[in-house]
Amino acid sequence: MLLQIKNLHVSINGKEILRGINLEVNKGEVHAIMGPNGTGKSTLANVIAGKEGYEITQGEILYNGKDIQKMPPEVRAQEGIFLGFQYPVEIPGVSMTNFMRTSLNEIRKYHGQEPIPAKEFLARMAEKKELVEITAKLTNRSVNEGFSGGEKKKNEIYQMAMLEPQLAILDETDSGLDIDALRIVANGVNKLKTSENATVVITHYQRLLDYIVPDFVHVLFEGKVVLSGGKELALELEEKGYDWIKKETEKR
Amino acid sequence: MSKELNSIPVLDSIPQWFDAIVGKEGNAFKGLQNVRTSALEDFNRLGFPNKKMEKWRSTDLKNVLSFDYSMATKDFLMKDILEEVFECEVQELDSYVMNLYKGRFVYKESPLHILDDGVIVGSLSAAFDKYPELVEKHFGKYAKTENNAFNALNTALFLDGLFVYIPKNVKVEKPLQLINAVGTTEDVFVQNRNLIILEENSQLTLIHCDDSYNYKRSFTNSVTEIVLGANASIDHYRLQNINNNSSLKSTVAVEQARDSRLNTNSIILNGGLIRNESFVTLNGEGAHADILGVYLADKNQHIDNQVYVDHAVPHCTSNELFKGILDDYARAVFNGHILVRRDAQETLASQNNANIILTDKAMINTKPFLEIYADDVKCSHGATVGQLDDSALFYIRQRGISEDNARMLLMYAFAAEVTQKIKIDSLRERVEDMVKKRLRGELSICDQCVLQCSNPEKYNFEIDMSKI
Repeated sequence: MLLQIKNLHVSINGKEILRGINLEVNKGEVHAIMGPNGTGKSTLANVIAGKEGYEITQGEILYNGKDIQKMPPEVRAQEGIFLGFQYPVEIPGVSMTNFMRTSLNEIRKYHGQEPIPAKEFLARMAEKKELVEITAKLTNRSVNEGFSGGEKKKNEIYQMAMLEPQLAILDETDSGLDIDALRIVANGVNKLKTSENATVVITHYQRLLDYIVPDFVHVLFEGKVVLSGGKELALELEEKGYDWIKKETEKR
Repeated sequence: MSKELNSIPVLDSIPQWFDAIVGKEGNAFKGLQNVRTSALEDFNRLGFPNKKMEKWRSTDLKNVLSFDYSMATKDFLMKDILEEVFECEVQELDSYVMNLYKGRFVYKESPLHILDDGVIVGSLSAAFDKYPELVEKHFGKYAKTENNAFNALNTALFLDGLFVYIPKNVKVEKPLQLINAVGTTEDVFVQNRNLIILEENSQLTLIHCDDSYNYKRSFTNSVTEIVLGANASIDHYRLQNINNNSSLKSTVAVEQARDSRLNTNSIILNGGLIRNESFVTLNGEGAHADILGVYLADKNQHIDNQVYVDHAVPHCTSNELFKGILDDYARAVFNGHILVRRDAQETLASQNNANIILTDKAMINTKPFLEIYADDVKCSHGATVGQLDDSALFYIRQRGISEDNARMLLMYAFAAEVTQKIKIDSLRERVEDMVKKRLRGELSICDQCVLQCSNPEKYNFEIDMSKI
């Protein structure tokens, strides 16, 4: 099993956000996590990636069978966890080339590999740019600086393509995208899918799932997974709305 | 003079130095005797600045002036200096590297070179002997002595420095590099004086390096006057990398005529106490000045940047950007003052000082200041003090980059806004490399900013990106 989350409770400043999450992700699977705003979706993504400021009060997160709670975020990334940010950060002065090369080489170093040869690196950049249909020159552009909303999201998938993670968590990658950009982003994700990796797509709308077809859909509500099912669950949710979830939860 | 100032040993030496340099024994600059005498009077009246003075409130010289510095008033043998001190062979003129040692001009054959196109480059002292009218026309006209003690002291006591004259319509393509080196067997007090004259429609790139060769204590008081004729253009770089026992007071006074363009960029990498003063007078319509700086300080270092821009006439533009990263107990000061005179309509001026403070013991005193008497102007000013951006740090680390390297990347990027404006590729790469080394704590105070050198290892511009 790639990712196993057991009874995860997480608080921010003493306020409990996640209240007992259980989730299992295997290699080769695509999972979708849906749910209304403010229900803990981003918190879950950030906690898996190792962002500071969250307190895990109960439960555990196992990645490839290892407890990653104490791992700094860079080690989790080196182990193969990738987070596609809901709001990618602009880093003026750091060029995309430099950023990706440093990133790739640190990951390689972690696995005892030599730095990537310059030629191979440039070829890889060109190839992956094509995958996400980035036409602009990235070489001298600073990370996300002056990128449009759509470009930023494409850039997340581009980085995912460059780093080839084992587990990619895409946090609201579809938000703020027009239909063309959405298709490009989804296409990229689909092309990167192998039997050895897994993707967790976090989304508010069903729309993205027309393009990225999930094996499993989980509905997160008030810090808990209240419903899990196949891709048809997303359609049902789209039809009935989140109020339906509310009522279903209250019934129990 | 107050009691407090009597504890400055240098004050006792100044009359002797003045006698040796300007008095009966002194032989250079005979024609400047009156100017020097009156400058000494100015200094005696002003005394060394102290913290009670508005412009010196945040920079205390008491400690660095408590040492018994000496001054090289006698000539020394050029040959010895060349062999002993300068690691790099002093280049012939076609490579445009000039060296100053203990405030004296170092040369192999001739102190002054006159090129075919009329360009004159070399020792100020030699230029004064040969072209007294040219020197006297501008000398001391822009770096005022009446209200600036260090300018006064420099004017009274300087031994030599760089003289550059670029005639009308001449564009000097190759950069000219001035290296002022300290680091000797004794604590030395250096007065370096430079005069740079650009006639109408001429162009020059000047790189002024202050380096040290060892950890010996020193105090350098450098004054550079730059005159830009109509439509003349200068790219001026100050690169400062001196040891932590050394102090540097560097003044640049620029007078700009119509449509002239100044681009001055101070890269401050290391130094015990550094105070840079820039006085820019926009005195002809259409003149433009970019005044930039970046400072990296740690330990107990103290870096002070003072910028004074005088918009004296209409339609001029000026742009100031200073960025600093402070670690440990380091202190920095930024004092920007833009004066827009009554007639200087349609002035466009901006001023910005941004800082990253890495510890709670480091400190910055920043004071952007506008003084505006015209009504049709666009002026902006701002100052920021902050830490490294946590969300950016997490973003970088999430891509597998270690925390240390993520911090390095962000600091480097912060400084890059200034360093990337260096127009000479080889210099920019060299400086960016030095900044990286500095941020990693690997920069030696003996790393020089020389562009050409006989030692090829020094010119390996390849940057190992994996280490950033």
